[in-house]
Amino acid sequence: MSDSTATRAATGAASAGSTPGGVGITLDKVTKIYAGQGAPAVDDFSMSVQPGELVMFVGPSGCGKTTTMKMINRIIEPTSGSIAIDGRDVLSLNPNELRRHIGYVIQQIGLFPHMTIAENIAVVPRLLGWGKQKIADRVDELLNTVQLDPGTFAARYPKQLSGGQQQRVGVARALAADPPVMLMDEPFGATDPITREKLQAEFLRLQESIGKTIIFVTHDFDEAIRLGDRIAVLSDRSQIEQFDTPANILSAPANDYVRSFIGQGAALKRLALIPIADATLSAVTGVKNAPTVAADATLRDALDALVLAGLPAIDVVGGDGRAVGSITVDAISAVLGAELPGVPPAGA
Amino acid sequence: MMSTVTSDTQLMATRTVVPPARRRVFTLKRFTTPIVVVVILAVLLWWVSSLELDSIEQRTLNWDYITLRIGEHLSLTVVASALVAVLAIPLGVATAKSPSKVFRAIVLALANIGQATPAVGVVILLAILWQTGYTTALVALVIYAFLPVLRNTMIGIDQVDANVRESARGMGMTPAQVLMRIELPLAVPVILAGLRTALVFCVGVATIATFINAGGLGDMIVNGLKLQRYPVLVVGAVLVACIALLIDWVAGFIEDIVTPRGL
Repeated sequence: MSDSTATRAATGAASAGSTPGGVGITLDKVTKIYAGQGAPAVDDFSMSVQPGELVMFVGPSGCGKTTTMKMINRIIEPTSGSIAIDGRDVLSLNPNELRRHIGYVIQQIGLFPHMTIAENIAVVPRLLGWGKQKIADRVDELLNTVQLDPGTFAARYPKQLSGGQQQRVGVARALAADPPVMLMDEPFGATDPITREKLQAEFLRLQESIGKTIIFVTHDFDEAIRLGDRIAVLSDRSQIEQFDTPANILSAPANDYVRSFIGQGAALKRLALIPIADATLSAVTGVKNAPTVAADATLRDALDALVLAGLPAIDVVGGDGRAVGSITVDAISAVLGAELPGVPPAGA
Repeated sequence: MMSTVTSDTQLMATRTVVPPARRRVFTLKRFTTPIVVVVILAVLLWWVSSLELDSIEQRTLNWDYITLRIGEHLSLTVVASALVAVLAIPLGVATAKSPSKVFRAIVLALANIGQATPAVGVVILLAILWQTGYTTALVALVIYAFLPVLRNTMIGIDQVDANVRESARGMGMTPAQVLMRIELPLAVPVILAGLRTALVFCVGVATIATFINAGGLGDMIVNGLKLQRYPVLVVGAVLVACIALLIDWVAGFIEDIVTPRGL
């Protein structure tokens, strides 16, 4: 990958996220057969990822999702097939050069214990030969981005940080040289549920502003729904059972395998993805001191409030604190029903 | 309800943790060994000076003779250990990096033979096959002290967390960069522990050099035994023990300074 790619990506991200900072990835008939094993670990995998898209690979352990991801930066070399980033064939590039332009985050983080947080983040910029001042500025900027105070954390060593803080540093380190593509292998898998939710929320906000093309591997379907633009549900040998938006997978699972992966409560999971604005609101109830729900909340929040209140309808309150209407269980069901016939969204 | 929606903006709080610990190098505990050694040497000096030395004892128990022997002993120890470091560390790295299990097994087996053979045997065998004197003693010491450094270098490289290695590769470091910037620094404590063992081995085994006319404090011990002059024997033995303690202490000191912070 030439330096011009990185420069272009850097310019993209610098202009306040107005242009997507990512590039497209195409995998074509990619197969991996490990030596001494008859069956392929990844069999004839083809996928096209749009620039700036966050694609989740979901599947059980050992289904080949991680292997598939690691072939993109050639930590694992494919047996056959082709992989292109931004139209360039990665298999023809120098693997070390290639990896310097792909952010890489793994579950165990793999921070270098003998380097300070600042030195850890500076690794790729140093490999790329950036100047000292530019590196120092970038480290400060990134620590602020992942909400760690540079004054407090830059000079610390990894073992002096909590698991959640280490994972933030891991993300900052992967972002250091502003790569257009990020590969993330269960990055939040080893953290406790509360930290994980925080990290996910931060990550979503971050992605909104940087717009990288991200391949994100997880076995947690709820995480996939929460974060992904599109989800690839994978079964054995990395076979794609369904590749679609979270809403479409929840409303129209392709087969029993996908259905089993969604598990119980598909409707509730869907509600969490739909804003109240999508529902048809009724007139304001006018009941005083009754619970209300914010207009920018999701339908799941609305249902939660309705069930808790035990009322037929509750008011929806706008940003200025004034009620803009009311919502009922019927209105919520109607939204789900309306989605069922399903117009496939763009890119599906 | 509202809090569910707004909680995303309240995630700034980061847990405060302890500030970086300063490395404590100079503590009272650190100086226990040299203090003990000084006390032992003072007692030894007082005891020897209280004795009536005969002419044989006087020929040995004087400053010129003793400093010469200590010099020989230290020279053997330090030069042999330095040679071991120069030879065994690169071989250890090469062995750890070698995909061939056979190569690994052969290297370890050879190093094991060097150490398992009694030191006296190695010294005398070399003297018979080759020559007597300093160089032969040096070679014997190198053979003998090779294993701990070789094995610790291999272990030091092998024990580097596979995830750390993978993230280094994933960030685009070349294999040489992974070795120099990640694996070797992380292996330093283990390699140094091996070198420290080698140094202490050498101090002990260097006493045997006297059998092939290579000097050292072994001269005093053997002379003291043969001529039944126990003050000579005791002074030689105590000095060797003190040197071993001091060298171990210096090595431990260097270990603490050179070990990368953050480990």
